[in-house]
Order: sequence, then C-alpha cells, then structure tokens
Amino acid sequence: MKNWPLWEVFIRSKNGLEHRHCGSLHASDATMALENARDVYTRRMEGVSIWVVPSAQITATNPENNGETFEPAMDKAYRHPTFYELPDELKHM
Amino acid sequence: MSEKEVKSLEEIFEARIARDEKIEPKEWMPEKYRKTHIRQISQHAHSEVVGMLPEGNWITRAPSLRRKVALLAKIQDEGGHGLYLYSAAETLGISRDELIEQLHSGEAKYSSIFNYPAVTWADMGTVGWLVDGAAIMNQVALMGTSYGPYARAMVRICKEESFHQRQGYEILLTLCNGTPEQKEMAQDSINRWWWPSLMMFGPRDADSPNTEQSVKWKLKRKTNDELRQAFVDQTVPQANILGLTIPDSKLKWNEERKHYDFGDIDWNEFWQVVKGHGPCNKQRIDARVKAHKDGKWVRDAAMAFAEKQENKEVKLAI
Ligand SMILES: [Fe+2]
Ligand SMILES: [Fe+2]
Repeated sequence: MKNWPLWEVFIRSKNGLEHRHCGSLHASDATMALENARDVYTRRMEGVSIWVVPSAQITATNPENNGETFEPAMDKAYRHPTFYELPDELKHM
Repeated sequence: MSEKEVKSLEEIFEARIARDEKIEPKEWMPEKYRKTHIRQISQHAHSEVVGMLPEGNWITRAPSLRRKVALLAKIQDEGGHGLYLYSAAETLGISRDELIEQLHSGEAKYSSIFNYPAVTWADMGTVGWLVDGAAIMNQVALMGTSYGPYARAMVRICKEESFHQRQGYEILLTLCNGTPEQKEMAQDSINRWWWPSLMMFGPRDADSPNTEQSVKWKLKRKTNDELRQAFVDQTVPQANILGLTIPDSKLKWNEERKHYDFGDIDWNEFWQVVKGHGPCNKQRIDARVKAHKDGKWVRDAAMAFAEKQENKEVKLAI
C-alpha cells in the first residue's frame, strides 16, 4: 500500500494578514491534511484559516540557478526611491 | 564535480554559516552536513515520540481532571514536536518510513532519559521539571542553528515547552505542600531522576569528539559541560523552594567560580543505557513497534479510501 503523501501547511494567523507557510505533514487526503494541520499547528489559536497543498504540486526555483534568477534585480538601483537626488527643502516625498 | 570544486564549494558554504546565513533545503551542502543533520534531527524527533511513553503511562491515573487535561495537552505537544522534527529531517532527502525503520531497528538513538521508568505520580512532576527543563536548555541553544528547517522547528518547540516545565513544577509543589507521604514521594522521585537528568547533556566535553564541527555548524552554541553547569545553577534554587534535597553530597556553591560544584556522574551507567541496557530500552522500542504495526491497517484503509474518492471524482469529470 502507498504511503500517505506529504502536504505543506499555510496558516493565516489573523484576518488582515497573509497565509504563511508553517510546516508540513503526511495525510491520506486533503480533508485529513486539514484536520491534522488544525490539531498540530493551531492548538493555541495560532490561526483563523488553513490552506493545505500537496507538496508534489509545488514548483520551486532551483537554488543552483539563484544567480540567473535573482541577480538581474541587483543592479537596478533606479527602482528604489533613494536613487533620485532631490533638494533638502523638499520634505515628505 | 572535481575535488577542487567541492573544496571551494565547501569553503563558500562554511563562510555563509559563519556569516549567520541559514542553509535551506535543496541548497548545496557537504554530504557530512546532510548526514550529521539527519542523524541529529531524527534522534531529536525520536526522543519526542518515545518521550510520550513514560508519561502516557499516567494519563488514566492522573489524580484530578485538571492534572489529566494538562498531562494530555503536554503529551500531545510532544507528539507535535516529533512531527515538526521528522518533517525537518525529511527536507534532507530521507523518508518518514526510513526514519521510523531506523528507530525500530535500533540503528537510530533517542534520548536515554526515556529508558527510565515513571513509577509514581511524582515522576510526572519531576519529568516536567527536570527532563523538560534540561531539554529546554538544549533547545533554546539550537534556535540559532544553521539549518533553517531545524531552527524554525526549535523556535516553535521552545514556545510550547515552557508550560511543560511549569506544570511539572506545580505538581511537585503541590506534593511538597501535602502530607509527609506525598512529600516523601516527591523526594524519592528527584532521587531517581536527578543524575539521569544531568546525563541528558551528553558526555563530558573531553569525551565528546564531535564538538568542534558541531560548534562550527551551530548545532552546538554551548558545550555539554557548559549547558550542564547552567542547568545545575538554575535548578538548585528551584529545588530549595520545593524544600527537596538534591541527592549529591558534593553539591556546593563555589563563590570563586560563581557556580555550583557538583559530584561525579556515573558514566558507566550512562553508556550502559545508551548501549541498550537501561531499565526500559526494550519495553520502549517494543511499544513503538507494536503501535506502528497495529496502526498499519488504519493507514492502509485511509489510503484506500482516498484513492477510491479520487477515482470517483475522475469518473464524474469524464
Ligand atoms: Fe518536546
Ligand atoms: Fe516538553
């Protein structure tokens, strides 16, 4: 018999905040994954909403390619407000 | 990869850890780092899980509903700690099945403290106070460890641990303020658990060969002896409040060192228990194996049900 697959658990700790990854667990299906996530990760009211996602369904960047993936953003200082030189008299901009 | 390339990758890797960067799953890491972490994290996970056994023994005999719900909640937390840690180990490329198999076959170790029996209700107090207390000291030091998933598991675990120690201490406080027999039960319990608790910090630094590497990888922020000393210093005043005597005739405040001096640990006993000859080693593993075997039909049935539901959905979609 197959083993229970792995699920990733995301929790919204309170309304107004995003769901955040908090861990993973094994469960036979989505319903059980949600129930187990509730029992394991929200025993002290850590959450108001839970998402579970089969781990196998997540596509991730490869850390070995982090250079190509993220470095192009590094030399684009003009995307940041401090790149622009404005007179000191000008406040609040 | 050539040997030279590996060498330079290793240097970059060590430098990242030295800069306090975290290592995350799927990133390149030296094989030794992966293996050491699988071993340590799984050993930690097994300790949480096996640690439920001596306490589980007392759930149905807790003296009041208040004590019973607290003990249940604590044990449930330990099960959760096991899960966080197994998950962290699995990110290093080992399956849950393999991890459990290693525990059952005796290939993997767990904390020796759980090979001692919990024979009286007072032991539930002492375990919470001393055993969880010692575990907390180790775990707080690990919150800053270099492997991201392990460090995150530690943060979550430490948050949950503090009630464990407090509920244990409260049990002892109640016994110590009770009848002479109750107080005696508390004293008998600390007599049995004191030395094994000190052994939880592992061999003396001089006999602990992995320390240097572990310090580099931040698996150890303090050495075994430093943590043990901190534990003794912290615990003696707590024993005084209870009015209990720590079973060590050499225990004495050293004004010069600003630490307590304490007697010699029976390292022969320590190694005997590690090697499997403690009072409950066999009983603990047998209980784990039995639970896993007896639960097999449930795991299979749940999987069969999930597959059936999925097939139904596929049919409906067609
Ligand atoms: Fe724990
Ligand atoms: Fe605990």
